[in-house]
Amino acid sequence: MQTVVSQTSPPKKSFLYDPKVRGIFYQVLLIAIVGYLFYMAATNAAENLQRAKIASGFGFLNNTAGFDISQALIPFSAAGSTYGDAFVVGLLNTLIVSAIGIFFTTILGFIIGIARLSKNWMVAKVAMIYVETLRNIPLLVQLLFWYIAVLGPLPQPRNSLEMGAGFFLNSRGLFMARPIFAPDAWMLPAVLLIGLVGAFLYRRWAKTQQERTGRQSPVGLVTLGLVLGLPILTWIVLALVGANPISFEVPRKGTFNLTGGMQILPEFVALLLGLTTYTAAFIAEVVRAGILAVSKGQTEAAGSLGLKPGQTLRLVVIPQAMRVIIPPLTSQYLNLTKNSSLAVAIGYPDLVQVFMGTVLNQTGQAIEVVVITMGVYLTISLVTSALMNIYNRRVAIVER
Amino acid sequence: MKKALVSIAFGLTASLLATGASAQATLNSVKQKGFLTCGSNTGLAGFGLPDAQGNWTGLDVDLCRAIAAAIFDDPTKVRYIPLAAKDRFTALQSGEVDVLSRNSTMTMSRDTQLGLDFPAINYFDGQGFMVRKKLGVSSAKELNGASICTQQGTTTELNLADYFRANNMKYEVVAFATSDETFKAYDAGRCDAFTTDASGLYSERLRASAPDDHVVLPEIISKEPLGPAVRHGDSQWGDIVRWTHMAMLNAEELGVTKANVDQMKTSDNPEIKRLLGTEGKFGEAIGLTNDWAVRIIKHVGNYGEVFEKNVGEGSKLKIKRGQNALWTKGGLQYGIPVR
Repeated sequence: MQTVVSQTSPPKKSFLYDPKVRGIFYQVLLIAIVGYLFYMAATNAAENLQRAKIASGFGFLNNTAGFDISQALIPFSAAGSTYGDAFVVGLLNTLIVSAIGIFFTTILGFIIGIARLSKNWMVAKVAMIYVETLRNIPLLVQLLFWYIAVLGPLPQPRNSLEMGAGFFLNSRGLFMARPIFAPDAWMLPAVLLIGLVGAFLYRRWAKTQQERTGRQSPVGLVTLGLVLGLPILTWIVLALVGANPISFEVPRKGTFNLTGGMQILPEFVALLLGLTTYTAAFIAEVVRAGILAVSKGQTEAAGSLGLKPGQTLRLVVIPQAMRVIIPPLTSQYLNLTKNSSLAVAIGYPDLVQVFMGTVLNQTGQAIEVVVITMGVYLTISLVTSALMNIYNRRVAIVER
Repeated sequence: MKKALVSIAFGLTASLLATGASAQATLNSVKQKGFLTCGSNTGLAGFGLPDAQGNWTGLDVDLCRAIAAAIFDDPTKVRYIPLAAKDRFTALQSGEVDVLSRNSTMTMSRDTQLGLDFPAINYFDGQGFMVRKKLGVSSAKELNGASICTQQGTTTELNLADYFRANNMKYEVVAFATSDETFKAYDAGRCDAFTTDASGLYSERLRASAPDDHVVLPEIISKEPLGPAVRHGDSQWGDIVRWTHMAMLNAEELGVTKANVDQMKTSDNPEIKRLLGTEGKFGEAIGLTNDWAVRIIKHVGNYGEVFEKNVGEGSKLKIKRGQNALWTKGGLQYGIPVR
């Protein structure tokens, strides 16, 4: 018997011609070159800074700042606060204007996006004009418009507009009464919590009730009563027994300006208005695209089931449109956050204005300050993006 | 992608290298370019302001013109780069400008930590306040609770905090990036008071919608020695800037003016002879020609002439010489001897 062993092992290839090896080689080479260039740039910068006698390092963050900031969410004073504190103040100011801006721009954007698809000719055209006007004018111009043309001509403090309920408006901003909490005030949040829990339980009960018997309960009314009515009732009762839990400090006229109460700076208002209205125009287009992406058959099917137009939109169209809307909506949120740095043009103390403006100039440490600022915006954007991705996964279509 | 990354990295390295190279031999690079780049104010009447034709005038601008005259015998060989307060030092550090002449205060930290040198003081100033007349305020001590507009990245911003803290007063600061934005906000009524160097107050007041409605308060709350700045580490260039200013001071002291400088060359006064280069080789010692001072005075004038023309009686500002008079007349301007 003869056995023929066939030699089928592949012909020996040169190591040099293995595409896998080559691929890895080039990638490693690229990383090494890029890494080397960055290393060169860093050491070169450090050397040049030292030669030019420019201070370097991050020690300046612990030095006393010596300047004041108009809006600080943490205690900040020229005497005791450091450049590091100034950084935190700027960062918080950026975050707060971005967060509030995102909240309002989402609401406004959805309303306008839906309005653009309205069957009412007037409503649809007004929405169209809004979108086309606002998204085609540079944001900086709009900010200056709000700040100089709209808020600028407000009356001087001595002739403040009195808007009732402790609200005053003048060229220094919006002033309102500051609530002062009495010791008994803890009852209010406690009652609110009870109301919330009650509303939650009632909703669950109403749902099982509807599933079992088909009867609907007045969920909205009861929720409102429990969440809002209960605390208000408590307040009234407490006030009647002479233990008013909250009193208000109303702004009074001082030498130059109103004193006491709370103040919202016109710079903040102008920036918020500018960012909100501008971004809303883009979000409206995103929403419109999302709704149009839901096929007409869905609306027709909902109609044939007997759903009203409002219900169709809320229960059928929007949930399906969301999966189209979320990704571009995320990038609009990121745009809004980054655009908030235009605050520098109207004197709102955001991160760029405080940190890259005053701190950079007073310390002269441009490289450190710019690197920190870039890192912060990158982090804010990545976090926003990550949160939106989590939400996107929840609303995305589940393939079965 | 690969290409993009590499080019970005190269760009980064190149830009950092450029910073290093320009720290030396500024004079050579200026001669090679054929003009001087001068960091100027974005617009401050009397100190640095372009007119409708784009011609710059002012006390600070004339210093740049004098430097250009000393180097090129032509005061027009200057390219002006308008800089906001918060950008000025970075522009100088990075080599974007050869000299910064825009009413910048010399302080110890700027001199020692920013990599800068201040070779001369061409205007002694101090910080003041301006308010609307109808507020009825007559002293800065009455500003408790006021909103105050100021330009960020300045010594003004720091002095303001110091002054209110020292006097135990409250205030609200509204800081803007440029002097233009700052003054506009004040003029529009955003702030009760506007603060900057006293010279700047008089200059900015000219821009107000109704200049007569504003009054400058008497208090001067700080020392603001304003002068040109150069990069640390190029002492030859620093010398040229220092001695340009000194030449203008000495010329005033010795009575050498734009009009009589050619006659003065025949003077027997040894001090004038040394200044105008008919005796000694002082110009060559700083890398220029020996008639360097003649060029400065002939094209630009002596310090007194420049002062009167830009900010003094011959101008709209009508600022008195005060601290900026020569030391012989009770002021602080003291020309170091050429010898």
